[in-house]
Amino acid sequence: MEAQFLMFLALAAVALAASVMVITRRNLVHSALYLIVTFFAVAAIYVLLHAEFLGVVQLLVYAGGIMVLFLFVILLVERPGTGPAGKPMRWHAAASGVLTLLVAAILGAHFLRSGMAPPGGTAVLGASGGNLETVSLALFRNYLLPFEVVSVLLLVALVGAIVLARPRA
Amino acid sequence: MSETLLRFVVVPVAQIAVVIAALLLIVVYLVLLERKINAFMQVRLGPRRVGWHGLLQTVADVIKLFTKEDITPRHVDRLVFLLAPVVIILPALAAFAVIPFSGGSFRVGSVGVRAWISDVNVGLLYLLAITSLGVFGVVMAGWSSNSKYPMLGGLRSAAQMVSYEVPLGLSVVSILMLAGTASLVGIVQAQESAGRWFLFWTPYPQILGLFLYFVSGVAETNRLPFDLPEAENELVAGFHTEYSGMKFAFFFLAEYINMVLVGCLVAVLFFGGWLPVTFGIPGLREPLSNFFPFWGGAGAMLTGFFWFGLKVFLVLFLYLWMRATYPRYRYDQLMRLGWKVFIPLGLGHVMVTALAILVRRG
Amino acid sequence: MLEPLHVMILSLAMFSVGVLGVLLRRNAILILMSIELMLNAANLNFIAFAWAHPDVAGQVFALFVIATAAGETAVGLAILIAVFRNRSSIRVDEIDLLKG
Repeated sequence: MEAQFLMFLALAAVALAASVMVITRRNLVHSALYLIVTFFAVAAIYVLLHAEFLGVVQLLVYAGGIMVLFLFVILLVERPGTGPAGKPMRWHAAASGVLTLLVAAILGAHFLRSGMAPPGGTAVLGASGGNLETVSLALFRNYLLPFEVVSVLLLVALVGAIVLARPRA
Repeated sequence: MSETLLRFVVVPVAQIAVVIAALLLIVVYLVLLERKINAFMQVRLGPRRVGWHGLLQTVADVIKLFTKEDITPRHVDRLVFLLAPVVIILPALAAFAVIPFSGGSFRVGSVGVRAWISDVNVGLLYLLAITSLGVFGVVMAGWSSNSKYPMLGGLRSAAQMVSYEVPLGLSVVSILMLAGTASLVGIVQAQESAGRWFLFWTPYPQILGLFLYFVSGVAETNRLPFDLPEAENELVAGFHTEYSGMKFAFFFLAEYINMVLVGCLVAVLFFGGWLPVTFGIPGLREPLSNFFPFWGGAGAMLTGFFWFGLKVFLVLFLYLWMRATYPRYRYDQLMRLGWKVFIPLGLGHVMVTALAILVRRG
Repeated sequence: MLEPLHVMILSLAMFSVGVLGVLLRRNAILILMSIELMLNAANLNFIAFAWAHPDVAGQVFALFVIATAAGETAVGLAILIAVFRNRSSIRVDEIDLLKG
């Protein structure tokens, strides 16, 4: 149990440091690469929390799919000559910081007020046949309709993306 | 305590060391084999100066690469440029963590040793996820080189690898449905209990799946006829144009390790992994699955290595044969093939397999 | 001893970083990336609660979030490309056609 906590601390530090790097880098490709590091750390935390299937899906969809898309668009859109964007105006930065702190404070207060669940058991998550089987059974027995809705959503998004990105004839 | 140490540290580390050493050795001779087969198909002799019939040629090449000056061009993005070869080779190696190389087991003290590093229940998905990360190495190399040809190679590779991942995944889905598990060991065992490999699974043999998987695998590994990211006669060398010495060797190594990986996966998913080749003749399985019965489990493991190696070799030979035979695809042809032919074929294949399973269950 | 509260703190921190990124940066691609950060923070909470209760429903929901995020990114980047084609810029403070 102690090992789990130490690993969580290390992964959390990596995830947080990388996510700060994402929003502070001037170079978009660097931001994207740090974002991949964040996704990796988060996937490892999923595995730590007995969500092996989700961890793999996180890598497959985020790292393998979404980030490639991001990098592709960055390579298409960012021209070598354009240079980094100008520094944010000072009041803008200050206002952003204050707003973020406000959001964080409200959310944190809400977290603290909500009843704390005890550290969890693992029996239900990986019962008979492992996490993959448990998740898929839940998905196709109890959540079939949401599943179908999400697949339609993805189809619509696909069609919409193609229509938007295709050049006007 | 010492048993825990043996089980969780000594044995896995030894397994990893053996796998990596074996991989390096295989890659060295795969390169030689490629040159020899190419030479044979072009009625040449191929390398034969270094060692007997050129057996040490690749060793000499490796020494040359090691001792070459390691140049980092001035106009590159240093950090990303240096990381790219590492990022491309790590997923290739990490994928071997779940490959079952053979059956059988032997004991060291009280700890049983199997011929795989780990057997996880999301193994197949892990493989799909980890192999999809190789594309970042290519994109990073292409972008950080800050030069035209690597950039074009990187862009092409990103599009190509993302496109062919879909048919790759679809051909694997039918295997998942047949085996009922995503563990690679479980997949081989399912083929054992089915009595035949998934390639010959009745009533719907997985030949189309094998075709889709293999061709997509060739595209994923950027080999001819799909080697557009490094097409040398249009892009110099594609994404690794600016790399030299050991950094270049890493790209080279990763490409061949990925080829071996596709070979291993084809063997596990479609050819029954370490199971012997019996052509369905009853009574042949027992003697063929253990050549050294007097060694017990270790003998079964060695025999499994032989069968597994044979199947992987066949796939790799096909790779080299294709390289010597086919011209390169054009970029738009490649994309059309991926999106308009392979993905519909893959979807149809999944549906037919599902129907076949229903029919079989009655 | 790892407790759900620890994961919640990490999630809160990551979410705040995402919010800050959206507010502070003016590059549209970076804003999309910050949104991904926030979605990941939310998913961390789902997984943590699925582990604490324990109930697999949280993991299923995280799966839906990931699928939705994939769709959102595809559409978002497509819009970006369309904007870039028209305006040759993806900085959100330069996309101000309505301002007259």
